[in-house]
Amino acid sequence: MNLHEYQSKELFCNAGIPTLEGMVADSPQQARKAAKQLQGDQWAVKAQVHAGGRGKAGGVKMAKSLDDVELIASTMLGSRLITKQTDQMGLPINLVYIERGTQIIFEFYLSLVIDRTKESWTFIASSEGGVDIEMVAEKTPEKINKYTIDPAIGIDTHQLSLMAEKLNLDVNLQEQFIAITKKIFVLAKDADASQVEINPLIVDQNNTLIALDAKIVVDDNSLFRQPELALLKDSSQENDIEQRASENGLSYVSLDGNIACMVNGAGLAMATMDLIKIHGGEPANFLDVGGDATTQRVTAAFELILENRNVSAILVNIFGGIVRCDVIAEGIIDAVKTTNSSLPIVVRLEGTNVQSGKAKLMESGLDIISADDLSDAAEKVVQSAANYRESS
Amino acid sequence: MSILVHRNSRILCQGITGKQGTFHTKQCIHYGTKIVGGVTPGKGGQEHLGVPVFDTVKEAKEQTDADVSIIFVPAQYAAEAIVAAVDAKIELIVCITEGIPVQDMINVKSNIRNSNSKLLGPNCPGIITPEQTKIGIMPAFIHQQGSIGIISRSGTLTYEAVYQTSKNGLGQSTCVGIGGDPIKGLNFIDCLELFESDDQTQGIVLVGEIGGSDEEKAAEFIKGNITKPVVAYIAGISAPSGKRMGHAGAIVSGKEGTAEGKYEAFRKAGVTTVESPALIGETMRTLMNQ
Repeated sequence: MNLHEYQSKELFCNAGIPTLEGMVADSPQQARKAAKQLQGDQWAVKAQVHAGGRGKAGGVKMAKSLDDVELIASTMLGSRLITKQTDQMGLPINLVYIERGTQIIFEFYLSLVIDRTKESWTFIASSEGGVDIEMVAEKTPEKINKYTIDPAIGIDTHQLSLMAEKLNLDVNLQEQFIAITKKIFVLAKDADASQVEINPLIVDQNNTLIALDAKIVVDDNSLFRQPELALLKDSSQENDIEQRASENGLSYVSLDGNIACMVNGAGLAMATMDLIKIHGGEPANFLDVGGDATTQRVTAAFELILENRNVSAILVNIFGGIVRCDVIAEGIIDAVKTTNSSLPIVVRLEGTNVQSGKAKLMESGLDIISADDLSDAAEKVVQSAANYRESS
Repeated sequence: MSILVHRNSRILCQGITGKQGTFHTKQCIHYGTKIVGGVTPGKGGQEHLGVPVFDTVKEAKEQTDADVSIIFVPAQYAAEAIVAAVDAKIELIVCITEGIPVQDMINVKSNIRNSNSKLLGPNCPGIITPEQTKIGIMPAFIHQQGSIGIISRSGTLTYEAVYQTSKNGLGQSTCVGIGGDPIKGLNFIDCLELFESDDQTQGIVLVGEIGGSDEEKAAEFIKGNITKPVVAYIAGISAPSGKRMGHAGAIVSGKEGTAEGKYEAFRKAGVTTVESPALIGETMRTLMNQ
């Protein structure tokens, strides 16, 4: 789960990580009021969206007067921001963060992530701040330095000072750097964050380190023990269908193609998408109905699939293990009847009670195309989609 | 032979009295798996499914001499349950539970590294040696004793590979589901090594997916260490970047973890790959006939 900058900075504040003073606003008037309250003579107006690359996309602007603040906020609020990290629809800007301006003497990159290869926390720092870190890693890997924490020992101050040295920080700044990194580690553990990123971390005119930006990603698996953080979820930043899917115990990802699929199990769902592609089609979605799919869940899955107007055929691929094929068949029949869809449906059932499942589909009198194996299913659905498009 | 588990493996079930634990333990017993006891804190002294229930793994280990444990404990307590099994010196810990916080897994792995225990999972279907023992949630009837070792990051896709190898008359020596989480126990390399030195195993099917770099490492390992034929399939060639595809670990970030990159690594290592998941069984049969 992603947190907004303003939410992350509040956590930073509580953890003692230095940030600039700022306030969040949901209207241009409020933005003006916030700037006035913050005082000073220049402010940053920052769009609060769950995506990086805001600066280049026009989502971070400097204002030199209160009128400016209000004007910038009014253009941002209610619009959508398209950045390198979003799709072509972009994300809605419902909130802006107003921050007091500051001088930047030097800026760099700092993050703490859970590194799956090292199976622990890794700090990543780079003298190249404020830019896309993946680009830096690709083009100038020598500018990236990393330190992986040994979970059995905990954080090692010596390693942190080595990092600080590589960033060419003076003694005073080194001390600040070590203090901040230690606080980030405590914060990450307390908040079950899988990523804490400061890009950029800056040195201001008083030789003080300040987190100019803040991004925290909270591990979804930990939300049961992070009730306060769970409340910070901003649904407006997420795909509507994907979100409703997860509320129904389904795992759904929207894609650009026209062949919908419904599969049990994440791996098999991906494999089904791959097969559609291999046979010349384009998948419209990833959809895992889970290892223990019920009739209700199958119906809910169908309803979600049908919301996508691009869909011209549906492939159901179920490998019944714990799930029984006859139960799935009933779910499909129910769903087709309730949704009253005219889309061609190809069904491939295999596993537990497959014969009675197939028999049920046959007896239903519905126009369901039965497939014998994976390849057969993919071929048939690609063909059906093409026929459907031609006829409609 | 087989790898990791066999007909004489003695199995404990942690979380045996829960709904999932009860359902699947019953299925395992039905298959012939030697379930020797269960653990549910607070229910020690009771009997469930015909085996004794203990309050702690330590006690259960002392009383039953179990060497394997299967865990169905809910995600909140699963990491603790794994560590309890490590402390009780259980040799193989199979964790089925999905949704364990990743931070807990850092701690678990640190414990495992300093022990003699092996961990399989979490978020996995378990392990089965056909006609000997089933320690997991896989449907028993698709398996057939035979010559192919299967290693997979996915559940139902493993069943697909099993089904295809059965249909092609090859059967399986042991099937290992290593799980879909980013931080996990046994990985491809560990299982490859075991299959290489197992007499029964004549060929190996490796089912990977997008995310991380475990497949790339496996490819490198196969090149220098595996003499048996390997067929590799990677799920997610059609998956978009930056989107988590169901499994916590199945995400392409930037250029890391793509199916293309993984296929490339296997091809470079001289491993036979299939881009269609429908061809796993057939391709393996062709290799075995050569």
